[in-house]
Amino acid sequence: MADSFSIPDQMSGRRKFLVAVTSVAGGIAGVAIATPFMMSMMPSERAKAAGAPVEVDISKLEPGMLLMVEWRGKVVWVLNRTPEMLETLVKVENELADPNSEKPQQPEYAQNRTRSIKPEILVTEGVCTHLGCSPVFRKEIAPADLGPDWLGGFFCPCHGSKFDLAGRVYKSVPAPTNMVVPPHVYLSDSRLLIGATSEGSV
Amino acid sequence: MNKIIEWIDKRFPLTSNWKAHLSEYYAPKNFNFWYFFGSLALLVLVNQILTGIFLTMNYKPDAGMAFASVEYIMRDVDYGWLIRYMHSTGASMFFVVVYLHMFRGMMYGSYQKPRELLWLVGMAIFLVLMSLAFTGYILPWGQMSYWGAQVIVSMFGAIPTIGESLQQWVLGDFTLSDVALNRFFAYHVVTLPLIMLVLVFAHILALHEVGSNNPDGIEIKANKNPKTGIPVDGIPFHPYYSVKDIVGVVVFLMVFCGIVFFAPEMGGYFLEYNNFIPANTLQTPDHIAPVWYFTPYYSMLRAVTVNFLWIDAKLWGVILMAASVVIFAFLPWLDRSPVKSIRYKGKYFKTALTLFVISFFVLGWLGTKSPTPLYTLLAQIFTVIYFAFFILMPWYSKIDKTKPEPKRVKE
Repeated sequence: MADSFSIPDQMSGRRKFLVAVTSVAGGIAGVAIATPFMMSMMPSERAKAAGAPVEVDISKLEPGMLLMVEWRGKVVWVLNRTPEMLETLVKVENELADPNSEKPQQPEYAQNRTRSIKPEILVTEGVCTHLGCSPVFRKEIAPADLGPDWLGGFFCPCHGSKFDLAGRVYKSVPAPTNMVVPPHVYLSDSRLLIGATSEGSV
Repeated sequence: MNKIIEWIDKRFPLTSNWKAHLSEYYAPKNFNFWYFFGSLALLVLVNQILTGIFLTMNYKPDAGMAFASVEYIMRDVDYGWLIRYMHSTGASMFFVVVYLHMFRGMMYGSYQKPRELLWLVGMAIFLVLMSLAFTGYILPWGQMSYWGAQVIVSMFGAIPTIGESLQQWVLGDFTLSDVALNRFFAYHVVTLPLIMLVLVFAHILALHEVGSNNPDGIEIKANKNPKTGIPVDGIPFHPYYSVKDIVGVVVFLMVFCGIVFFAPEMGGYFLEYNNFIPANTLQTPDHIAPVWYFTPYYSMLRAVTVNFLWIDAKLWGVILMAASVVIFAFLPWLDRSPVKSIRYKGKYFKTALTLFVISFFVLGWLGTKSPTPLYTLLAQIFTVIYFAFFILMPWYSKIDKTKPEPKRVKE
């Protein structure tokens, strides 16, 4: 049986060459015909075209309130932080993995302690950087399940990752990086545009 | 009748195949109840295919309509509830019988030479089964469908460099959307079942080539009747084991029907309560856990919380989870014991297997719970035990004090 898969010794050089060339040509044809099928699985033109910026009115967003907005099929949070909440950002810094936001998880204008343009307004994708769950906003201090050191932040129910009120990730949790701050711009004091850096651009 | 058979036999190998695989396939005569689960897995496969075909007649693979179409099947289609519950219960029972089938192989050394390839084909079936379960679970497009898929698909994103493009290729979009639902439906009803059938066929062919192992782990082919060439400890599969398997089928169906009629949700373990809520892309449920058969691996995924070497915790979790499934495939080469069956293996193997089973159950239980510091620590400890069973096997199976194997199988 084993012989049926091997090339017999008496096969001529010419035939061996032809077998090799036919196999290679067949292989190339196989890859060529597979290409359009594989490419058809990439995001379609319609999917690429979707994703226009979203405008949000934040005039009614009270301090301590969280607003959820859908942008490109993802949830974006707009959190109006109270002065007490902003104070916690300093206190937790020793426990954070990337307190200075050195990894490129935010536009340049949000690379600061509050990770925002206006100190009190946090705009961040509400997506855990571990495996894409949406963390829960846990603003209460020292709840039973999160321990006495909890000063408020975001807790991912899927795998237990923790983030502070600026979306910065704690040490020793499954999530590797801070949450992503999407490009955004204030068109006026109360009008926020998510997904673009100026009114005209996308 | 004979004439018809004769007519067919001249044109198609009917009688010869019947003999080779049923009436003259000699299986060891000492099979115990652990040998029911292979044929039961086949029964569940048939159940999944039949009920699945009828479900596709009413299901709509569209993010806007999927959830409502499942509720339509449950409420308005005549006996739709029965067909769906048979399918959903079948999914869980598939894993029950396959886990028991695999455990049988581990106890009696069924993966050892010459059955390595049989075991590998079985492992491939296990992977396809897991993919089928995952793609099927997405179809109702409930909260658990959506967020479960989100987590699994995000794992591709953990792969360095190509991760993000790969994830987009899998999703066909930049986020989990209708596009993904539509293609997971195609995988679930066409691609994966076809691969599954081919693999099951190969599994049975490989089994009939090398012959069945048995609880004593000795080769019945080594002791053949010199006149007939039939193993002295072998009996024909049909009618002996076909009849025995029918008894197993009857008992299994009693349990199966009990679940379908009285506890199809199984307290949230077979059908999770959060999946009775339509998918909400803006909010993850407060407590998410996979269906019970994935919880051991899920525990290991989230057990890694420290960056280690140059790889971050997220990628380690994914690597560990993949490894925890794939590592079964290496058993034929990890086991250095001179005997196959646990009956003749020594204390070390028995202890290791017991610890492995305990860690599998504990990790499974932890996977259904929300992560707390204590639970994460427990998951880490039992993850180490789980992997130690495999990684230390070449060592402990070699120095283990084994008993001599008998020449003939025990009655």
